[in-house]
Amino acid sequence: MTRIDDNPAGGRSAVTVRGLVKHYGETKALDGVDLDVREGTVMGVLGPNGAGKTTLVRILSTLITPDAGQAVVAGYDVVRQPRRLRRVIGLTGQYASVDEKLPGWENLYLIGRLLDLSRKDARARADELLERFSLTEAARRPASTYSGGMRRRLDLAASMIGRPAVLFLDEPTTGLDPRTRNEVWDEVKAMVGDGVTVLLTTQYMEEAEQLASELTVVDRGKVIANGGIEELKARVGGRTLRVRPVDPLELRPLAGMLDELGITGLAATTVDAETGTLLVPILSDEQLTAVVGAVTARGITVSSITTELPSLDEVFLSLTGHRASAPQDAVPADDRQEVAV
Amino acid sequence: MSSATLSPAAAKADTPIPLRAHLRHTGALIRRNLLWIRQDPESMFDAILFPVVFTLLFVYVFGGSIGQSLGGGQEQYVQYVVPGLMAMMGMNMAQGVGTGFNQDFNSGVMDRFRSLPIGRGSVLFAKIAVELMRMLFATAVLMVVAVLVGYDIKDWAGMLASVGLSALFGSALMWVFLTLGVIMKNAQSVQAMGFLVLMPLQFGSSIFAPTASMPGWLQSFTDYNPLSALADTARGLMEGGPVAHDLWVTVIWSVGLTAVMAPVAIHKFRTKS
Repeated sequence: MTRIDDNPAGGRSAVTVRGLVKHYGETKALDGVDLDVREGTVMGVLGPNGAGKTTLVRILSTLITPDAGQAVVAGYDVVRQPRRLRRVIGLTGQYASVDEKLPGWENLYLIGRLLDLSRKDARARADELLERFSLTEAARRPASTYSGGMRRRLDLAASMIGRPAVLFLDEPTTGLDPRTRNEVWDEVKAMVGDGVTVLLTTQYMEEAEQLASELTVVDRGKVIANGGIEELKARVGGRTLRVRPVDPLELRPLAGMLDELGITGLAATTVDAETGTLLVPILSDEQLTAVVGAVTARGITVSSITTELPSLDEVFLSLTGHRASAPQDAVPADDRQEVAV
Repeated sequence: MSSATLSPAAAKADTPIPLRAHLRHTGALIRRNLLWIRQDPESMFDAILFPVVFTLLFVYVFGGSIGQSLGGGQEQYVQYVVPGLMAMMGMNMAQGVGTGFNQDFNSGVMDRFRSLPIGRGSVLFAKIAVELMRMLFATAVLMVVAVLVGYDIKDWAGMLASVGLSALFGSALMWVFLTLGVIMKNAQSVQAMGFLVLMPLQFGSSIFAPTASMPGWLQSFTDYNPLSALADTARGLMEGGPVAHDLWVTVIWSVGLTAVMAPVAIHKFRTKS
């Protein structure tokens, strides 16, 4: 018998979503979403605020029910078998969902008991995970005294108590500084090494590239592209070149010169006065070489040239022809949750 | 859309949670709520201050004059009001339960609980269990203050029965406030709502003063006010006198409120998005 969670690419899907719909009044938070996440892989769901990412995660983790469509996680239907499903998932929300008044250890012990571990096992598991997430020192302090990164690590530890088959990470690094973000990324990579399937939502192409092997791009409740990260990067095609002349006065003339040469990627060249750099979207190595040539021809001294991944905006421009929908217009009801949860 | 479905083996619907697991989950959550109190001892202030302030206020401010109308003095009023205050204790703890619960929702930790394979009622049961513990503590404080201002405990068994009845009625009201805590947007409005509902009910009853001197229209309200029945039962149990009718009224109200509001609270909690 064909199963809905047979993966088109072979093997079984850890997450299968078909025609998922969730409306909040007039707002279509999800408007017919299809998704397949192969077992043991990391799927990145990329999209702007209000694209429906959080609604998707909340349906898959049984916090809300869909209006239409079907979703199966680790073989369990989100609507018909929510309790079985909850036993095999881990959830880390956008904002650390730990009990701030409780010490780190008590947070983990509580989850262990709620997952039906014996007292002894719950204790051992709490100790083990605190150790693994480098929180042993802080085990007895209330989580409210933790730094942002520590809280996020405790949150990750809490999602790992039940050794989940599928882990949902809803914007795991939103609001973290770059160093802490790297810490969280390392932890997530280690978890993936353990064989857990991860569905990760993010607003950053960079985060998706760091963690995910496959990517689904969503906008206004619809999937607008999906595929392997490399494949999508190739489709987007763009990179951004960040050029920093030693003399900031050279920024504008250089921008004008590149325009004349017709070196344009997906978006126009922009001057970032604050950092004294020129952002040049490019499509190919030839263009990179041409930019370097132009800089040389003009005799400008530059202190650095770096290549960066395309921004979410550029990804959207290339895939849809329009910019990522701004959070201000068309804020769906679930956007409140994306902010407040 | 794919027409494939799950194989029947994997499609077994959820089975109910065994009672023992329910108890284990509720116990773990009770521990959590008790740890909150340890972390934040100030949260016990209301349980201490409320009985102290109310007893002193009513006995010393109103005690003399109401006592006179009872045919005695302040001593007479102490014997009148203490059973009433005791009956109120469950109710006053109930007010706070919705507020605390509402704050829980804004912290994201509820999402974690709701994504775990536990009966969602456990979260509510644990909350009520801990509030009842707080209520027992507040009642103990009340009795100490009451004895200090001259209350004469005539019937220990009757007093314990009153405490039980107050807890029963209080837990019934807790379901109402838990529902408010789940459906209302913020903690302040839950608190304001509780105040608006309970204040007229408490003062428009026989808790603080006999209703005989109230105007007729008010009496018809106080006579049907379940809080009057509750206070009169406690008074009967602790001071002697008929209790049967008022006891029935109180029990029926408590059981009725619980039967209606507990499922509503659990349902609202379960389906909250």
